[in-house]
Amino acid sequence: MPYIANTPEQQTEMLRAIGTDLEGLFADIPSALRCAGLKVASGLPEQDVRRRMAVVADRNRADLVGFLGGGFYDHFVPAAVSAIVSRSEFATSYTPYQPEISQGVLQAIYEYQSAICRLTGMEVSNASLYDGGTALYEAIMMALRVTGRRRVVVDDSVSPIYRTMVRTYTRNLGIELVETSSRIGLADREALARVINDQTAAVAVQNPNFFGCLDDFSDVAELAHRHGALLIASAYPVSLGIVKTPGAMGADLVVGEGQSLGMPLSFGGPYLGFMAARKEHVRKMPGRIAGRTVDAQGRQGFVLTLQAREQHIRREKATSNICTNQGLCALTALVFMSLLGKQGFRELALSCAEKASYAAQRLQAIPEVRMRFGKRWFFNEFVLELPVAADRVIRRLLEKGFAAGFPLGRYYPHMEKSLLVAVTEKRTKEEIDLFAHTLEVSL
Amino acid sequence: MRVIFDKSVPGRIGVRPSRQTGCPPPHIEPKLLREQPAALPELSEMDVVRHFTGLSRRNFGLDLGFYPLGSCTMKYNPKLNERVAALPGFAELHPLLPQLPTGERLVQGALAVLHDMDRLLSEICGMAAFTLQPLAGAHGELTGVMMIAAYHKERGNRKTTLLIPDSAHGTNPASAAIAGYEVRAIPSDADGRMDVAALKDALDASVAGLMMTNPNTLGLFEPRVREIADLVHSVDGLMYYDGANLNPLLGRCRPGDMGFDLVHINLHKTFSTPHGGGGPGAGPVGVSAKLVDFLPVSLVKERPDGSFFLDYDCPKSIGYIAPFYGNFGIVLRAYAYLLSLGKEGLLRVSEHATLNANYLKERLKPFYDLPKPGVCKHECVFSAKRQVVHGVHALDLAKALIDRGFHPPTVYFPITIPEAIMIEPTETESKETLDAFIEAMIEIAKLAETNPEEIVSCPKTTVVGRLDETRAARQPDLASLD
Ligand SMILES: Cc1ncc(COP(=O)(O)O)c(C=O)c1O
Repeated sequence: MPYIANTPEQQTEMLRAIGTDLEGLFADIPSALRCAGLKVASGLPEQDVRRRMAVVADRNRADLVGFLGGGFYDHFVPAAVSAIVSRSEFATSYTPYQPEISQGVLQAIYEYQSAICRLTGMEVSNASLYDGGTALYEAIMMALRVTGRRRVVVDDSVSPIYRTMVRTYTRNLGIELVETSSRIGLADREALARVINDQTAAVAVQNPNFFGCLDDFSDVAELAHRHGALLIASAYPVSLGIVKTPGAMGADLVVGEGQSLGMPLSFGGPYLGFMAARKEHVRKMPGRIAGRTVDAQGRQGFVLTLQAREQHIRREKATSNICTNQGLCALTALVFMSLLGKQGFRELALSCAEKASYAAQRLQAIPEVRMRFGKRWFFNEFVLELPVAADRVIRRLLEKGFAAGFPLGRYYPHMEKSLLVAVTEKRTKEEIDLFAHTLEVSL
Repeated sequence: MRVIFDKSVPGRIGVRPSRQTGCPPPHIEPKLLREQPAALPELSEMDVVRHFTGLSRRNFGLDLGFYPLGSCTMKYNPKLNERVAALPGFAELHPLLPQLPTGERLVQGALAVLHDMDRLLSEICGMAAFTLQPLAGAHGELTGVMMIAAYHKERGNRKTTLLIPDSAHGTNPASAAIAGYEVRAIPSDADGRMDVAALKDALDASVAGLMMTNPNTLGLFEPRVREIADLVHSVDGLMYYDGANLNPLLGRCRPGDMGFDLVHINLHKTFSTPHGGGGPGAGPVGVSAKLVDFLPVSLVKERPDGSFFLDYDCPKSIGYIAPFYGNFGIVLRAYAYLLSLGKEGLLRVSEHATLNANYLKERLKPFYDLPKPGVCKHECVFSAKRQVVHGVHALDLAKALIDRGFHPPTVYFPITIPEAIMIEPTETESKETLDAFIEAMIEIAKLAETNPEEIVSCPKTTVVGRLDETRAARQPDLASLD
């Protein structure tokens, strides 16, 4: 049998030591509860599983040249990332409950927290949450705890995927969720000013927003603070290689999807929710947090700390129910950021932005194609306004091997002709040229 | 070891991203740019590799040795599954592809895996359908509790309370509370099982349901589970199964047949996916027929022609709980594991998980207090009561085990057992390993009597000794800031 070590002889010996037989091991399960036998196929040898899964994998079109983003990006992953992260000392351990034999994971968490703080311009970070959407939800819940209020404002330029998740989680909780409509690609300041009031716990924005547009939310932070509300900023970590940090804009909580930091797209997960905050709010944070301390001999070491927030101590009074998090994904992000380093990470962001700039130039040169938010600045994603429905263009480009982008009409009904195009450092100028050419002849 | 930022050398470069000449500059006005690059480390690729290899050597993983962490099912993580998840056809697949026109044709392989996994888990658990979206066990609990709320809302029930045994894992009450429920704890009886009389007392019209695990967190099967289910159903409550303890039941006994309406399972426990130093895992949720309509959007369905599609038309659904289809890479690993095991393999898992736990329990019983004797399932819970007399606590025993090369069991959980030592050997461990562990445990028990100081001063073989946790919490140093 796969993955079972005991031989039949050992099994007999062990049963003898217990003083029972196999049936006796399950005598506590009433016979009425026993199942007669599962309708499950027989097991397969490793080689057969491999072959079968390779065939299944080939039924996916992972080979398309990708201009599809929407918050999830096809970045290059250096070889050293998987070499390090797949080390079984990391991969096959669990939550570091025993710090003396878990210093590797604990120090890595501390370093990850540090890297997230440095990237976002914040002071504290947790050890990870599930994904960018649940991180936004957790940030909202945290803001409710910090302010003692029940009203939350979310701008509709925040990922619609995350907004639908937040709606699900907040539905039965007596939370007033107010969604404002963005204008011309950016959060509408007047609309925000109308709805942010002294009952508002938090205002959630995103940079770059779902349309790829860059904003400076300093004024929104001020507005929120004037009413005693927190500013929650969702961020795309790779953009922070060059883009102004949410910390510098006055954000109180920064969350986001960390997939772009070395994780494959993998059809939606596992990804990485990150969360950073100002120091004064740390005891209201969800999730694990590692801290640096010393042993009796004064040697530096790391432990899980401030655990009085967590479910295993506080049960129904915990700040969150999270237990298993995205540990190995956080390690991936840390290794990715460390390998690129200060300069490489900046260059990565520049490379994305330059290639996107090039792609925008090429694409808007196509007759009848224009930039939907022409005056807006963008990082690596932008909205093209097409003369025909985006779906039609996408379908034609799929036939030519391109994932052309995301049809914004899916989430914004008045944007049927809008195509959200993402460009990462993985795309070459040749691919962009061919993409532009193919799009032009497809119209 | 110094933190990586302290090893940084200004100007040193690691991996360089690909740049291309002839591109226009970024379309970003200067005031939207950060003033200084993020202060990430400046190291060569080799520096980074050595740093993390060094860290890895300061960490104990399952591949290094026995890891009997109770409630966590630290079974062997087959390497095959890693290879499957890394196949480019899966790893490089964009999750938004199905939303493009004709998009589902682009992901038929992935949808086939999700659909087949739903069928397999439904059969194993005796449920009608599964969502694979929940991203960990606790996330599954929250998803399940939200479905409980949706069910009651649809029926016009006004329910405010979830019943949860006092021995439950902390995530159960936390999930219930986060979804807006009050938690009422049900005590255990002298045998360590749910006190059914107390349950009867606690049952009233306000009860939305009961969350429990079986075998319970003491590793004991709850034989009256059907009666419990009938009681809860009698007030139109729902039965939620915390599947963290499913391992010893595989192929033998199904939550659906026990009367449960909702089930979450931890793929990172029962289905062998690596725990990753804390995650990622996956917590698929299965439901009985009466709850299928409430499952999160979207559902993977099969057409008569054998092709698969994502159904977003779910008017009664609780909504979106994850960005896409779950931790797909984890689901893939678990799927490969299930293909490897098959029907026979599942039975062997539950058999050997139970055999190993009972063997440990019987051999250790003379040396440690066993609060609830009798046959256990996949884990057994001792108490350090007999050692406490000598000033040796569960935590000290754990540290002594570290010096003997083992990862300690779970300690101080379940909270209903003082000084709990919760041992879950899993089916993948051999008798030799168990014997070595047993010998170490016996040696430690004897030492606790003859030389308790020796144990209280453990561990001595590790890179650091016991760390000052009070200082960590009182003077938090949570990040190295620039
Ligand atoms: C009994 C029990 N229930 C629930 C959970 C929560 O699962 P997860 O950590 O995957 O969120 C755990 C494990 O941590 C557990 O042991």
